[in-house]
Amino acid sequence: MAEALGVVAESLAGDRARAARTVLDQVVLPGEELLLPEQEDAEGPGGAGERPLRLNAGTRSRGRVVCGPGLRRCGDRLLVTKCGRLRHKEPGGSSGGGVYWVDSQQKRYVPVKGDHVIGIVTAKSGDIFKVDVGGSEPASLSYLAFEGATKRNRPNVQVGDLIYGQFVVANKDMEPEMVCIDSCGRASGMGVIGQDGLLFKVTLGLIRKLLAPDCEILQEVGKLYPLEIVFGMNGRIWVKAKTIQQTLILANILEACEHMTADQRKQIFSRLAES
Amino acid sequence: MTPRRTHYCACALGAGGESRLREGANMAAERKTKLSKNLLRMKFMQRGLDSETKKQLEEEEKKIISEEHWYLDLPELKEKECFIIEEQSFLLCEDLLYGRMSFRGFNPEVEKLMLQMNAKNKVEEVEGEAVELDVSDEEMARRYETLVGTIGKKFAKKRDRANYEEDENGHIKPTVKVKKMFLKPQD
Repeated sequence: MAEALGVVAESLAGDRARAARTVLDQVVLPGEELLLPEQEDAEGPGGAGERPLRLNAGTRSRGRVVCGPGLRRCGDRLLVTKCGRLRHKEPGGSSGGGVYWVDSQQKRYVPVKGDHVIGIVTAKSGDIFKVDVGGSEPASLSYLAFEGATKRNRPNVQVGDLIYGQFVVANKDMEPEMVCIDSCGRASGMGVIGQDGLLFKVTLGLIRKLLAPDCEILQEVGKLYPLEIVFGMNGRIWVKAKTIQQTLILANILEACEHMTADQRKQIFSRLAES
Repeated sequence: MTPRRTHYCACALGAGGESRLREGANMAAERKTKLSKNLLRMKFMQRGLDSETKKQLEEEEKKIISEEHWYLDLPELKEKECFIIEEQSFLLCEDLLYGRMSFRGFNPEVEKLMLQMNAKNKVEEVEGEAVELDVSDEEMARRYETLVGTIGKKFAKKRDRANYEEDENGHIKPTVKVKKMFLKPQD
């Protein structure tokens, strides 16, 4: 960590934009500018030395680069706006360029379109419900945005219910709107979350870590006892197991596993499996 | 208009009479061009114009409209904007699993959903899957067989309807009718 910071301080003092390629998986700080791969060749050290002959000259062959959370476009460079590690994902298919983003940690959620979140119904006014999602303002949810809902057949939603839905409108200028239905009109798991269970809040980074495809924590948790979990991208997790004690154990594990090493985790799980 | 004016001017005595006469004529000439722009834009006024003046008028209007548009005076920025797209969502960056999960059979519907949604994520790139048939070919052939019988019964005459027997399972099969041949009388 100390070396990484030293390198960063040096580059900031020199006020030179670094190539994104060289900084992958390293800590970046807000205010840094990053060059995309095609540009750094042109701005290389003085242009001395061999310049590789490229058959497809010109920037049009690059394809679109997507700058994800934590980065912004600044001319034709990327400007870092959050501190964290820079990540890159290669383009899978035809979409060229790949995705760059900053893996940062925060507890405060900002609504983003397309995210699945857990919300709490706080008010019912006319045709819409006001749902608290942890953002700056409550999201609105229309009563028609449930599967099989019509004007006569209203969904059974009360104040205080938990809702799992996704955002259709979420930007800084408008009130966020969410729905419990996907683009085909099916619920696909969204809607009111059932009775009992426990809702608690964790950091956003932990949610993403738990939802990663190869997460060991979830696999180990799944072996303990029958349970049900719902993850909301706004940092909220709802768990339910057969008894209250099991539910509480589960909640404690999920909250604590953020700061535990793999060994500590395995110890705890083995102790639990015994008891 | 003009005769009245000259009459009026002629009536006026004094040194200013003549100059007023000239003024009058000038005013008459000026009045022709002092019509407002909106009036000139009206259809009945434009019929008399020739094409050149029409073109001039159009160009002037276009110039006014384009001058009112605001634009950035930085030509370099335009080229650099095309290649980077900003997205604030993590869904593009990382392949995340579906948010609802159930383990060891606690909620069977959610477990079914898990399989469906997580498989959808992986199979998204593979396109052109073969559509599964709801009904197999043999089943289809069997249905057609009995269907012929049912529809045939509808159009058969009353005498022939007795030939359609009901098989087990309610399938209607037309029995083959033995045609009566002429029996020669025995001696």
